[in-house]
Amino acid sequence: MARTEAASKGTVRRTMRLMGAYRAEIVGVAILSVIVSSTTLVLPVLSGRAVDAIVGPGDVDMLVVERYLAWMAAAIVTTAASQWMLTDLSNKLVYDLSRDLRTKAFAKIQRLPLSYLDSHPSGDLVSRVANDVDLLSNGLLLGLQQMLTGVLTIVLTLVFMMGLDVTVTLVALCITPLSFVIAAAIARRSYVYFNKQNESRGALTALVKESMEGLPTIHDYGYEDETRERFEELDEDFRAVGIKATFYASCVNPTTRFVNMLIYIGVCLVASLRAVAGLVTVGEITAFLSYANQYTKPFNDISAVVSELQASFACAARVFDLLDQAEVEPDAPEARELGHVEGDVALEDVRFSYVPGREVLHGITLHAEPGMTIAVVGPTGCGKTTLINLLMRFYDPDSGTISVDGTPVGDITRASLRGNWGMVLQDAWVAGGTVADNIRMGRPEATDAEVAEAARAALAAPFIERLPEGYDTVLEPGGSQLSAGQRQLLCIARVMLARPRMLLLDEATSSIDTRTELRVQEAISRLMEGRTSFVVAHRLSTIRSADQILAMRDGRIVERGTHEELLAKDGFYASIYKAQFESA
Amino acid sequence: MLRLVRYLRDYVKECVLAPLFKLLEAAFGLAVPLIVAQVIDEGVRAGDTGLITRSVILMVVLTVVGLVCAITAQYFAAKLSAGFGTRLRDDLFAHIMSLAQADIDELGGPTLITRVTNDTLQVQNGVFMFFRLILRSPFVVFGSMAMAFVIDGTQGLIFLVAIVALFAIVFLVMRVAIRRYAGVQAALDRIVRRTQENLDGVRSIRAFRREGAEQAAFGEENDALYGLQVAVGKVSALMNPLTYMGINLCLIAVIATGAVQVGVGTLQQGEVVALINYVSQVLVELIKLADLIVLLSRSSASAERLNEVFDTSRSMADGTQDASGADGSVAFRDVSFCYPLSSTPSLSHVSFEAAPGETVGVIGGTGSGKTTLARLLVRTYDASEGEVILGGRDIRDYSLATLRDACSVVEQDVRMFSGTIESNLRMGAGPDAPAGELERAAALAQASDVLASKPEGLEAAVEEGGRNLSGGQRQRLSIARALARKPRLLVLDDASSALDFATEARLRHVLSHDLSGTTLVVISQRVSAIRHADRIVVLDDGAQVGYGTHDELLDSCPVYRQICLSQLPEEEVSGHGED
Repeated sequence: MARTEAASKGTVRRTMRLMGAYRAEIVGVAILSVIVSSTTLVLPVLSGRAVDAIVGPGDVDMLVVERYLAWMAAAIVTTAASQWMLTDLSNKLVYDLSRDLRTKAFAKIQRLPLSYLDSHPSGDLVSRVANDVDLLSNGLLLGLQQMLTGVLTIVLTLVFMMGLDVTVTLVALCITPLSFVIAAAIARRSYVYFNKQNESRGALTALVKESMEGLPTIHDYGYEDETRERFEELDEDFRAVGIKATFYASCVNPTTRFVNMLIYIGVCLVASLRAVAGLVTVGEITAFLSYANQYTKPFNDISAVVSELQASFACAARVFDLLDQAEVEPDAPEARELGHVEGDVALEDVRFSYVPGREVLHGITLHAEPGMTIAVVGPTGCGKTTLINLLMRFYDPDSGTISVDGTPVGDITRASLRGNWGMVLQDAWVAGGTVADNIRMGRPEATDAEVAEAARAALAAPFIERLPEGYDTVLEPGGSQLSAGQRQLLCIARVMLARPRMLLLDEATSSIDTRTELRVQEAISRLMEGRTSFVVAHRLSTIRSADQILAMRDGRIVERGTHEELLAKDGFYASIYKAQFESA
Repeated sequence: MLRLVRYLRDYVKECVLAPLFKLLEAAFGLAVPLIVAQVIDEGVRAGDTGLITRSVILMVVLTVVGLVCAITAQYFAAKLSAGFGTRLRDDLFAHIMSLAQADIDELGGPTLITRVTNDTLQVQNGVFMFFRLILRSPFVVFGSMAMAFVIDGTQGLIFLVAIVALFAIVFLVMRVAIRRYAGVQAALDRIVRRTQENLDGVRSIRAFRREGAEQAAFGEENDALYGLQVAVGKVSALMNPLTYMGINLCLIAVIATGAVQVGVGTLQQGEVVALINYVSQVLVELIKLADLIVLLSRSSASAERLNEVFDTSRSMADGTQDASGADGSVAFRDVSFCYPLSSTPSLSHVSFEAAPGETVGVIGGTGSGKTTLARLLVRTYDASEGEVILGGRDIRDYSLATLRDACSVVEQDVRMFSGTIESNLRMGAGPDAPAGELERAAALAQASDVLASKPEGLEAAVEEGGRNLSGGQRQRLSIARALARKPRLLVLDDASSALDFATEARLRHVLSHDLSGTTLVVISQRVSAIRHADRIVVLDDGAQVGYGTHDELLDSCPVYRQICLSQLPEEEVSGHGED
């Protein structure tokens, strides 16, 4: 409890520091707030004075009335103009701040280690970048626009009222706390019921989701009536708790209105009695009454702003938490650029764990000579994907060394190491932009002719040429216009163009569609010619043509050799092979 | 929205009382400024402290009564809107349950969830606000105006002009702002999508060192969002200053004319004070009224979406024949099918047949129409052309209830329902089946170890959609559910994709040996799952490109050969066909 409080204090201070960059704007907001609240409050005084000059038939001082009306007009225009500027200025400040925060958060994601990104649901990170920043800015806006004017209005109202008459002011002051007490009591009750209502709604939504998604099954089993009964039961709970939640929440306004009215009446009583005694004028009564009318409003506003701000600081904390995460360790200072490589890859007793204490690779040693094809096979969870992660340096091993052409990868810059690997994953990634841009990704300086050549070599040219604008067709981020097979061909073309010496391939587990599938296979085998290739293999033909098969289980290489050698051994590999490719 | 009024029929009393009490509260509120005017004009002027005290007591009484009225009104409004919402939701849900899958697709399956959970609440909230405010706000606004007319005709006119002008301002600003706000929301959605895509492709982005380019692209979207936010801000920033100006210019007009009128004796000073009070009440309620109108237009958009569901009636006609006597023979006769919202057929001209107890295999890649075929077999959809035959009769002749008892489908994307393992298995076995029968079905489906792994056994809880079970556990339990029903036709649509090879092999053995009377349709991407079927249908992109036994197809069907080549040892495939 104390800890979260300290944390939230830190969050507030940090948010304030961020706002410190906008010092000029904040001074502007403060000045405008003072202007808005004082001109707003002057108005009842002015109208009160005008009313004082309107006593009765033949007893109206038109000159005085007109003078005050002119003042009123001036005050009104000033208030309106400053209010508009105040809103506009705080909008700009807050939106600029949130734009800045978003840019930082997104840039941060680019620098976070994959260990963080893999262990956090992407939906949560997205929501920090988009929604949390948005909620933070909403809270700050309200704070800037209403908090300051609210506090100023209360203080100035009291000052103005004191200036008119101390006794009447004290009456208003005495009744005020009642408003807080009642509002707090109701808020507590309604908070409890709102939580219950949310729970009940959650249960209802879960059932609806389950039933809608499983509708074919429900129909299939003739389970409509049972499902409907379950729904009606939950819906009835929701109704019962909903009445209470709605009712309590809707009582806040009438009760605060009631207290306001009491203040109003109290002021009216005391002011009138003092007017009878000649201590207060009629115009001053009207001024008092309109103060009494508006003086309680900021209290409601402020309490709304405070709860809004609390919520937005919680959001800010989530954004700051993201910004504070440790980044990828920078390349070693003496790390060198990896130029042209032969493609000799060696792993020496490599151990790795995603979570400390739970090792997933236990001492992997292997050697791929330039141009060799290594097929990695094994059941789900055997460590195949982890191997890719280490070779690309998405993760670094706990111990042991990985080296390329004899150089440990720790001594090479990550960028140049990755530039020498070509990677084709199962779910091929397509960036927003043209087809040509996507292919050129690995070698930005490539000419149009080279791009087309790579597409032809990857067997991607036929479908690209059928696209409405050919190579200039703009693809959505994620490439939703293309089929899965086409996306894969595009990625192969990308690697073709980059001409890396080393390849990492993650074969599709299930066929995409038979005809494109054949083309993808053909393109991949062209790609592998003369390159050192690591293939997480599912296809028998790939496995059989590999120079070496690594059969992995539980983070260990249990067998290695060619297809024939391993079949002859009749061990682990032979058993997976039989289960997968021969029928029972 | 009016069509949904029928759900209020049990709440007629509340529907009358809620606004009535609200009206009473407003009336008491309006009376107060008049009493204040009296206090000033008669009490203060004449120094009549007795009158002042009496008036103040009257005001306190009115305020207390007003509070009681308000709270009563809120209670009735809460009660009627919650009851309305629940009745509406129950009816909507029941209606959706009664629709056929094709109707659901046409309405948009995923949108139905938001319609049931969100749109109904939106309408419910609209109803709540309507009954709370519909009488009160207009009453205060127009009541103030009427009071002004009562006090003086000229003053009433000033009110009239002011109210019309303010209403126009509020409404225009809101409309423009809401429309532009949709643009902001779209820009925010693009930010969300961009970030999501970035995270999805993080490995490729780092492999190709694209971090900088990604940041630049994000920066552009971010700037666009900023621009839109500031632009909307400028419009909505107009609301407060403009209404403030409007209402206070009205105030100046009231005092200016009031001064002249008091001078000639047609108006009293206290009445001017009362008018000033009414002016400030008008503004507050006017803004509430504009809010209400916006809210109601949103609710009525939701009501529209609900009515769309109610207007959809079940498109699939029920048959009259009892399917319980039909044997398990099944056939497709030149069947084609096109999904409701699609223009290209998902299945065209498919024909095959199976005698009772035989097995038909269906193979093809993703998107080749395999799942569609499964759905036509159990009449989730009706074929667009051709006939689906069960037990020698078109399946459309059977009553759905008996048809569904005769055949079961297990899809790859398995659906379990919250409850217990037992409640899920009983969907198939029926409420009275002995526990032993459920356990036997589980054993056949290789799911005994799932039960063994839970201390509660059959009673083990299943969470929403079965998310506390692994994919393989879900698949086996759903096969058990289907077997518990003892169907004469069992359709397995990639139903063992999450099982490991050994378990799948055991399951295959059970299916071919222990279910001799049941006709099987096995759909898969794996040759090993279907190669021993009596006949195999090969699908490619919705078309039937091969039909026959494994050996026949290896000779005659190039697509089948290709599939086999990628999955089976070459020796098994070669020796067939041209080489």
